[in-house]
Amino acid sequence: MNWLSILVQGSLLGGLYALFAVGLSLSFGIMRLVNIAHGDFIVLSAFAGLVAVRALGLDAIATLLVVIPTMAAIGYALQRGVLNLTLGSNILPPLLVTFGISVIIQNGLLQGFGADIQRLHWGAIETQSIALPGGVAVGVFPLIVFAVAVVSIFALQILFYRTTLGRAFRAASDDPETAELMGIDKRHLYALAMAIAMVFTALAGVLFAIRTTFDPASGPIRLIFAFEAVIIGGLGSLWGTLAGGILLGIAQAFGQALSPTWQILAGHIAFLIVLVLRPSGLFPRQRDE
Amino acid sequence: MGALPIVVERSTRASRVSAVGFGVVLVALATLPFWGGPGDMRLVAEMSYYLALAQLWNLLAGYAGLVSVGQQAFVGLGAYAFFYMVGPLAMSPYLALAIAGPAVALISFPVALVVFRLRGAYFAVGTWVVSEAFMLGVTQVKALGAGSGMSLTPAIVRQIAPDRAGREMIIYWITLAVVVLVFAGVYALLRSRHGLALTAIRDSEPASASLGVNTFRTKLVTYVVAAAFTGLAGAVIFLSKIRLSPEAGFSINDWTVVVIFMVVIGGIGTLEGPIVGMLVYVVMRELLFQWGTWYLILLGLVAVVVMLKFQDGIWGYIAKRFDLHLFPVRRQLTRG
Repeated sequence: MNWLSILVQGSLLGGLYALFAVGLSLSFGIMRLVNIAHGDFIVLSAFAGLVAVRALGLDAIATLLVVIPTMAAIGYALQRGVLNLTLGSNILPPLLVTFGISVIIQNGLLQGFGADIQRLHWGAIETQSIALPGGVAVGVFPLIVFAVAVVSIFALQILFYRTTLGRAFRAASDDPETAELMGIDKRHLYALAMAIAMVFTALAGVLFAIRTTFDPASGPIRLIFAFEAVIIGGLGSLWGTLAGGILLGIAQAFGQALSPTWQILAGHIAFLIVLVLRPSGLFPRQRDE
Repeated sequence: MGALPIVVERSTRASRVSAVGFGVVLVALATLPFWGGPGDMRLVAEMSYYLALAQLWNLLAGYAGLVSVGQQAFVGLGAYAFFYMVGPLAMSPYLALAIAGPAVALISFPVALVVFRLRGAYFAVGTWVVSEAFMLGVTQVKALGAGSGMSLTPAIVRQIAPDRAGREMIIYWITLAVVVLVFAGVYALLRSRHGLALTAIRDSEPASASLGVNTFRTKLVTYVVAAAFTGLAGAVIFLSKIRLSPEAGFSINDWTVVVIFMVVIGGIGTLEGPIVGMLVYVVMRELLFQWGTWYLILLGLVAVVVMLKFQDGIWGYIAKRFDLHLFPVRRQLTRG
């Protein structure tokens, strides 16, 4: 067993999982909404990329120029028109409404594209790799995805802690009633938050579509990976989510090294172990300064 | 002022009338093998186990505030426990059915201790992860047929009854007995002190805790009991299906999504709701299943609209509008 390879490949895979998790983490952090359809929105973005390649003849990465604004608009409209109505002390409405949306997206995609396995192609870069000492080959594309994840989280940190909008988000997250008294329009703010969450969901979806194959039923397990990354990392901490994604990726890479059928199970086991030993995650949110 | 004695009323006139009505329906269903065809029996059996699963999910989500989307874990575990006992362990099918529930309860206890660390919607997704872990775990175990699953051999099936017709009849009655057991059990539980504590937790967990309800223990007991009966239902479901695979046993769509749909449409937090929801679901499916994916899209849309506009569901609306309670669990004070 090549430990260095497991660590490197697992970390790179974890970058993708962190990117999956960012949207989920944002919507929970700001409006306490757990979006069960999150994985399906990742897959919807992947299909949107596919459509953009076929219909507009765009390069796989260039589809982001179309997919990101589209998903952001969907996110804004969905939060403003539907999800805002579900928020309150009762956890059932948001859970079941997003559950219903998940069923609608999965079957809508099945109706539109069939059950075929799809993939986005981005030329030679998909297979290029850099040889590291110790017999470890690092794929160029997974490295790019990891870098995108780190940059995304860095950008979100700046948004949250250095901008007026970020202050409004944090205010609404800490105390929605008082934030409204201070003149914040909660409905608009939440819709903006979902639009931003969808920007990262779209980014994750297109990169995921280039990295691996997907089909209309690929969403739920992506939601689970995102969820595991968030919980392992600790609620409310974006850098924690990155760490959670990396830990999950390493656990899966370790499982796969044992036997290919163990990959996902090893990730679940790592998640459950963290839940037993550190229920609030490895890096729970510190008090805001 | 004449101090009239105050009486605690626990039944309503509607409930006494409906008790007779349900008794008649039950007798009719119990005698179905003598006047209905095998197709009718299959449909009623399916409706029965769906009602059992729906009532158990309703108990968890509607009363204990435990919104689980991982109940398929216990359907699968109950089915696997049963298949393992009658197959490799060569136990009698009846004994195995009796043990399947307690066996699942035993597994659900440590599961509860782990997933109870998560709250609300995170609890929901956590239970789902646990179910996925069990499914993937089962595929690793050779004694449980690994990825390809297990089947009941003709020799095992013959232990229930030697001929096909007799077997179908007995399995039908077992299924009916399970739903009656679940329904009566949940009803009795909700009418007891334990039920009062559960209702209090549903309305406000901090308030009930401050009034001396042991919320953790109440929820834990409810979770384990629901798991045991869900496991029993799983054993019975796959007894009638003969074949069991990890994907079928631990299917979130078949054993949880559909069940949640029924409870939400019918009216969560009422005992009548799951019956109404189950009937609506079965009618919709019989009418629309040839529409394939469009039918599922419609189910999703209905769930969204109900949750947005009619959160009480069909029965919740009726109960409020007409003050009708067929299975009253409330205590009403009246002057006698």
